[in-house]
Amino acid sequence: MPESINILQSKMNHTKLKNNMQTDLLGLSPEILLKWYDEMLLIRRFEEKCAQLYGMGKIGGFCHLYNGQEAIATGSIGAINPDDYVITAYRDHGLAISKGLDPRRILAELLGKSTGTTKGKGGSMHLFSREKNFLGGHAIVGGHIPLAAGAAFASKYRDEKRVCLCFMGDGATNIGEFHEALNLAALWKLPVIYIIENNKYGMGTAVDRASAVDELHLKAAAYNMRNEVIEEGHNVLKVYQSVKAAVDHARKTYEPSLLEVQTFRYRGHSMSDPIHGHYRTKEEVEEQKKLDPITLFMGILTDTNLASEDYFNSAEERIKSIVDECVAFTENSSEPPLEELYTDVYAD
Amino acid sequence: MPVVSYREALNQAMDEEMARDERVFLMGEEVAQYNGAYKVSQGLLAKYGPKRIIDTPIAEAGFAGIGIGSAMVGLRPIVEFMSWNFSLVAFDQIVNNAAKMLSMSGGNFNVPIVFRGPGGAAHNLAATHSQALESLYAHFPGLKVVMPSNPRDAKGLLKTAIRDNNPVIFIESEVMYGEKGEIPEGEYTIPFGTGDIVREGKDVTIVSWSKILQHITTKAVSRLAEENISVELIDPRTIKPMDWELIFNSVKKTNRLVIVEEGWPFAGVGAQISHEVSNHCFDFLDAPIERVTQEDVPLPYVHNLEVASLPNIQKVIRAVRKVMYLD
Ligand SMILES: Cc1ncc(C[n+]2csc(CCOP(=O)(O)OP(=O)(O)O)c2C)c(N)n1
Ligand SMILES: [Mg+2]
Repeated sequence: MPESINILQSKMNHTKLKNNMQTDLLGLSPEILLKWYDEMLLIRRFEEKCAQLYGMGKIGGFCHLYNGQEAIATGSIGAINPDDYVITAYRDHGLAISKGLDPRRILAELLGKSTGTTKGKGGSMHLFSREKNFLGGHAIVGGHIPLAAGAAFASKYRDEKRVCLCFMGDGATNIGEFHEALNLAALWKLPVIYIIENNKYGMGTAVDRASAVDELHLKAAAYNMRNEVIEEGHNVLKVYQSVKAAVDHARKTYEPSLLEVQTFRYRGHSMSDPIHGHYRTKEEVEEQKKLDPITLFMGILTDTNLASEDYFNSAEERIKSIVDECVAFTENSSEPPLEELYTDVYAD
Repeated sequence: MPVVSYREALNQAMDEEMARDERVFLMGEEVAQYNGAYKVSQGLLAKYGPKRIIDTPIAEAGFAGIGIGSAMVGLRPIVEFMSWNFSLVAFDQIVNNAAKMLSMSGGNFNVPIVFRGPGGAAHNLAATHSQALESLYAHFPGLKVVMPSNPRDAKGLLKTAIRDNNPVIFIESEVMYGEKGEIPEGEYTIPFGTGDIVREGKDVTIVSWSKILQHITTKAVSRLAEENISVELIDPRTIKPMDWELIFNSVKKTNRLVIVEEGWPFAGVGAQISHEVSNHCFDFLDAPIERVTQEDVPLPYVHNLEVASLPNIQKVIRAVRKVMYLD
């Protein structure tokens, strides 16, 4: 066990005595925990910048923000290795950041620059990185769910132990591809972990108006698939713990899991939609915001004496400068040349 | 004559047909409580209730199939796709069940259903969300394909579509929903297969439809008029059936044809028009037929490449000058 963890453990014991705190830090090092804090904060501030740039007309098309769901990206991707795969739908900025894509290139993509993750071809909904094993943001609901099983299939085919994390919204569990993919993944024992980010609504439709089963993880039962619900989806540690268990299980047995994570999106469905509209009340949004993943984690880090006011202030500064750097990078980038229109249509 | 938006025109058509015929109902994602992703069904839930204005889960294959099944036994569904791009998830239902049912069942079951929603590119929506799919659907025998370019046609053609006893692919345009135009007072329908001469001319015939007609072709035609090039502009309004006589007669007069469409070039609607015209008007043509289409690539997100790929005014002017041997 690395020394840092021993120190942490003693700190924890200390805190427990002092505050009667029950927080189990799951043997994670302070470095990792602080890195997670920074990452969640980066996702939050990055998205706020996107909202601002969208409002200024610099980002076009559909742009779906991740505010409120940060603990899922950080906790889940914190449980895998860089060579494991991640795939998701169009609400992909946060997951891409967690998977290690350069936030400067993500922002450049959103602004349609040649330095973007797909040279300006995909935009916000279609971030990709072969290098980082990020198999995409995908804009057709449910279309990516079988692809995840495909990546897992390839891993098993090559006798690798790589797993694939596949994220989707609650609404996506109602489309046929979800069911076909889950059946196949379970039938063929493919090392894929399906993670439903249940933010209670698909656009303006509440879960119970769209799904006959409102405990979405139970859909796995039809395919005899391991499943779990993570009620505290705003707690990065809880997300990590469950995803880690599913990943370990997949590496050992090749068996898939379906995890349902309870969460909430703070913004409208996309930047062109109202924040609450008629389908949810302002009070509901405000109530849910009290379960803020970043604030909660701040509390945990404070209670366990891993970070103090000073740390949080300096983190805020550091993240601000990263976001500023993203903007500067983007502003210094140019749009793709017109010849780029004809490239990448067929592989050589 | 009243002036309404394209959106309101579609809304009126559905409203009037639902009032007229109990069997008509509307189904799709966000059509009821949200009043439609693009507000085309605004107010219909309040008026007709949840039995006839139905929100669906994101399950295109499922709800398209439910629509088709209910149509086989006597209902007249309108199925809204939030965008035609999502119809691809329901492709099997539309192509194998809706299109073929009458023929395959030897006349036992017809499928009176309308599939409708916005098609084509809006702005910066990237490859999966920007497709012009009319040529794809027009390929299948058994489907009718309708593409109104203005509020008047949108209303009249949608009413005809709802009354038609066959599956109708009704493709609207997201960027036209707010655009206004005059519509006739009171009840009217527009029959399928009757095109519209948008502007009379003598030098060149252009066939174009939907948003591209409004946003690109008409503007190019006005510019050409300033250069004293007189274009006869034809809006076929329905892709299938196509008003061939209208096109042939125009080409016989102008002896030149340009087709302007949003879709890809290969096996596009323009390819079919080009074939029919060269077959029926061969002796009248003074120049090879020109086509303006999108470039043969998936549409990128970024504005400059998007604009470069889609038809634009310059491309139309160039094509017209080419058939007139002016360059
Ligand atoms: C096949 C398909 N149908 C409809 C849409 C339009 N659409 C985009 S996102 C969305 C809601 C998805 O909700 P959910 O899966 O809960 O994900 P969330 O946006 O909440 O993250 C809809 C209906 C689409 N992109 N693809
Ligand atoms: Mg959702």
